[in-house]
Amino acid sequence: MQSDSLPAANTPQPADDSRRSFMKQAGGILGFALAVPLAGPAEALAARTQVAAGPGSVTLRLNGQPTTLTLEPRTTLLDALREHLDLTGTKKGCDHGQCGACTVHVDGRRTLACLTLAVAAQGKEITTIEGLATGSELHPMQAAFLKHDGFQCGYCTPGQIMSAVACVKEGHASTDDQCREWMSGNLCRCGAYPNILAAVREVASQSAKG
Amino acid sequence: MNDFSYVQAASAKEATTLHKDTPAAAYYAGGTTLLDLMKSNLAAPPQLIDINPLPLATIEQTSEGLRIGALARMSDVGEHPLVVQGYPAVSQSLLLAASPQLRNMASIGGNLLQRTRCGYFRDAAFPCNKRVPGSGCPAIAGDNHNLAILGVSESCIANAYPGDLAVALAALDAVLTLENQKGKQRRVPITEFYLLPGKTPQKETVLEPGELIVAVTIPAAAHARQSTYLKVRERASYAYALASAAVGLDVQGGTIRAARVALGGVGAQPWRSREAEKVLVGQPASEATFRAAAAAALRGARPQSENAYKVELAQNTLVRALQQVAA
Repeated sequence: MQSDSLPAANTPQPADDSRRSFMKQAGGILGFALAVPLAGPAEALAARTQVAAGPGSVTLRLNGQPTTLTLEPRTTLLDALREHLDLTGTKKGCDHGQCGACTVHVDGRRTLACLTLAVAAQGKEITTIEGLATGSELHPMQAAFLKHDGFQCGYCTPGQIMSAVACVKEGHASTDDQCREWMSGNLCRCGAYPNILAAVREVASQSAKG
Repeated sequence: MNDFSYVQAASAKEATTLHKDTPAAAYYAGGTTLLDLMKSNLAAPPQLIDINPLPLATIEQTSEGLRIGALARMSDVGEHPLVVQGYPAVSQSLLLAASPQLRNMASIGGNLLQRTRCGYFRDAAFPCNKRVPGSGCPAIAGDNHNLAILGVSESCIANAYPGDLAVALAALDAVLTLENQKGKQRRVPITEFYLLPGKTPQKETVLEPGELIVAVTIPAAAHARQSTYLKVRERASYAYALASAAVGLDVQGGTIRAARVALGGVGAQPWRSREAEKVLVGQPASEATFRAAAAAALRGARPQSENAYKVELAQNTLVRALQQVAA
């Protein structure tokens, strides 16, 4: 469910400083609505609803840490990561949702950062390739990609690894064919697919045993 | 991407009211179609109304059939046990579409409103009657190998809906629930939701300005439980259909009691073929029957310069899908 952390319909907005400070009140409309108690539904809604326009404060829960940035509403999660936080592990390939290089986890689900607005990702848990290892200990999928040489140029690799971790967790890596199908959203122009497959399948079989 | 303002709506009423205030605004759900179009300069809404907080992601059995909230995600619907068991064609149409990441993001309502993959529509440097009414259709004399052969017009030969889900829904008599800016709901069969291009290819659905898709309901039926979706494409995975078939059959004692047929990839809209169904019902479930049905389904085809192959491809796809369900 996308809406778990968001307020239910018709309930007042909770006091949330980060979100509040980001949202700019539409100038004048609030005052108008207060001054005219019998304002129509459109005015009443506009008074309650906070419209974000231009740069504003956005707080992301990123690799377990709250991170506050000043972003325009049009800034994608991918650009927020790369251009504003220097977290360049997440790659920009096509920027149109076709290549999978920008795959991150949002609330545990593999998601394309290039087609996600940062402002809309507030309140969700975001994990990038930088958040996968535990200290200096690689995630088993990272280790498996190294062991099986699951890359050549490496550009697609962070997206492949993020997608692969989710693929195993979803239970979609139990056969070679299933794994190929459920990894098909991550393109590799070098053609490292056989080695990527070997890495994912090894981690999947270890997970099944463990 | 153009600059825009962003606002979250908490209810359908709030969303449609916000839309009334900013008529050129766009609803933001999964974002997979919308942001792609905006990055390609094919859409430039001044405001995005984030409808994700709306409580419309439920999948539930009702007396009228399976009701799927418009904000349910493709992945959640595709793997839902009620869908897998009662409506396999719907499940398959979802899981054969796009990629796992896109399916995690894309909503059911948004899926139904995706735009054509016609290269001329997608490239703002070209004329396109769908994008700029009256500017012309270069696809008719151009690259049309993946475009439509059924329901096309002199103005547009695009398969306006390039996806899969609506094809399965068209076969299984799904009904959409829409909510307008007055808070009124209406129900529209999906077979009446999409419009043929005619002289107005820019008008693709019966949606009114600001109207929201809130749910899809699919009636339960024996032919829905015995249904399949077969998709033929240029790659084995992660590609749009060149041709696809959603079929449902109720076969008793070797005779077809009920049949549902829709084709994807070949129609200007998801292409329900009642002609094929008429040929099937009451006949033995045999290859000869299936071949006759496939011929009936494609009888009105108007192939273009590069896509005549789709006539045979669609027929073979339909025959194989029928064989799979009958087996």
